Amino acid sequence: MMLTAEEVKKIAYLARLGIDEKDVETYANDLSSILDLMTQMSETCTDDILPMAHPMDQIQRLRPDTVLESDQRENFQSIAPQIDSGFYLVPKVLD
Amino acid sequence: MHNKTITELAKDLREGKFSSVELTQSYLDRIKKHSELNCFITVAEDFAIESAKMADIKLANGDASPLTGIPIAQKDIFCTQGTKTSCGSKMLDNFISPYNATVVEKFNHSGAVMLGKLNMDEFAMGSSNETSFYGAVQNPWDTSTVPGGSSGGSASAVAAHLTAAATGTDTGGSIRQPAAFCGITGLKPTYGRVSRYGMIAFASSLDQAGPMTRSAEDAATLLQTMSGFDPKDSTSMNKPVPDYSMGLNNSLEGLKIGLPKEFFSEGLNDSVARVIETAVDEYRKMGAEIKEVSLPHMKLSIPVYYVIAPAECSANLSRFDGVRFGYRCDEPKDLNDLYIRSRGEAFGDEVKRRILMGTYALSAGYYDAYYIKAQKARRLISEDFKQAFSEVDVLMGPVSPSTAFGLGEKTGDPIEMYLADIYTIAVNLAGLPAISIPAGFVNEKPVGLQIISNYFTEPHLLNVAHKYQQTTNWHQQTPKGFE
Repeated sequence: MMLTAEEVKKIAYLARLGIDEKDVETYANDLSSILDLMTQMSETCTDDILPMAHPMDQIQRLRPDTVLESDQRENFQSIAPQIDSGFYLVPKVLD
Repeated sequence: MHNKTITELAKDLREGKFSSVELTQSYLDRIKKHSELNCFITVAEDFAIESAKMADIKLANGDASPLTGIPIAQKDIFCTQGTKTSCGSKMLDNFISPYNATVVEKFNHSGAVMLGKLNMDEFAMGSSNETSFYGAVQNPWDTSTVPGGSSGGSASAVAAHLTAAATGTDTGGSIRQPAAFCGITGLKPTYGRVSRYGMIAFASSLDQAGPMTRSAEDAATLLQTMSGFDPKDSTSMNKPVPDYSMGLNNSLEGLKIGLPKEFFSEGLNDSVARVIETAVDEYRKMGAEIKEVSLPHMKLSIPVYYVIAPAECSANLSRFDGVRFGYRCDEPKDLNDLYIRSRGEAFGDEVKRRILMGTYALSAGYYDAYYIKAQKARRLISEDFKQAFSEVDVLMGPVSPSTAFGLGEKTGDPIEMYLADIYTIAVNLAGLPAISIPAGFVNEKPVGLQIISNYFTEPHLLNVAHKYQQTTNWHQQTPKGFE
């Protein structure tokens, strides 16, 4: 299976991942070889097999909805790239 | 003093042969002296000396645990409050975690001294430590070769005696393969045994932390501190923690060892195969019975792993968006540009490759064909192990098809690098515990013997490893120039 340069760019956009124009070809080739590797799976019949998401098939544990942590806004925001008045700043979204 | 095991160091500290401060300083000096290995991303010199002073007080008061005052180092994937946690990436080059990983908390509580943070493949994605933003790590046995990965800094540092022990994480072999390449002991526990809280996630259904040490006995000591239920990790297993040291010397008479024939097929280097066979013979002499078994779906493990791991990685790494922490690009023109450029500028090639692969496998129209198919095949692989463990107690085989390869040798071809993970990744897919122990040398490069056991049987696994280390001295060898 061969991925086109256009497909690679589309996936990169879905992942919001900048890739250099000059590398697109390389990624297309690499991903195509990886996909070829994956086709080996199709040779094995997996009908009626339950998908395995957790090695011990453990189900998600629930806990009581109680407050355990105190507010640490300032602590967490101290490592943010840009903040103002307790908000994380990003470029303007609405005009 | 840097040549001693943790058990010996703990004894000497108690007998007052040296203090934890002196011991810590001697390791810090060695780290400086051998900085060319590039094992450490951050050396926490002041923090280490302060912790050692506190440990000396605890030791003097008789209020000490087996790890009190013992210098260890953390793989830079574990969040450490106040000390940089980079995960080997430019993305987190400026990241000081506001909290500690549970593993780090547990070591702090035990009184262990943290020397610093160890180099690793970027976001633990790699098998050679060459994808690190901080540069490659050298293998002390041959500095022109890789230490393995992704816990390459951990393995190299333990082998070169720059720390008494280290932590690692293993998603597809990242503890066992570098342990094998560097001639040390590396244990990947059962999935759910050690908390993943504060351990930067790569592939959440596969990641597991474990000890990297110079002996199985030391691994038991570290695992004792690391394991246990953690309500902060939703995949942590609520099972009691056994005493890992108690049964180390149990007899292996009648132990049933299975050799999966798929581990000894094409692709395995002949000399490595001979080392493994000799190690198995050693077990035969101890009274073990050897039997051939089969893991018929093992060949599927590479395609299955390289769907599941990238899929989970693409989801996990979406948190690195340049908004709340980590790298942000200069002058983003809009929000999309902020995301795209921050991630594009800060992630390396291998990480990008896996995000792309995972995004593709999870995208509309391909989800069933790749991700669900892989999860189904994953169950087949896991069932193979169940069948094998109905016949034998442990499985043995190589960790890697070859010894450490040259720096730069495989960087051009990602697939070739992936294929070398063949003997380790099935264990992660099944969630089983496994250990790599030094079993000999090929051309003066270490070879690791892999031992795999059933879920939550780490005490038995450590017993099997320890008995071998009582009759052989491969684990006591030190690379030339690092004595």
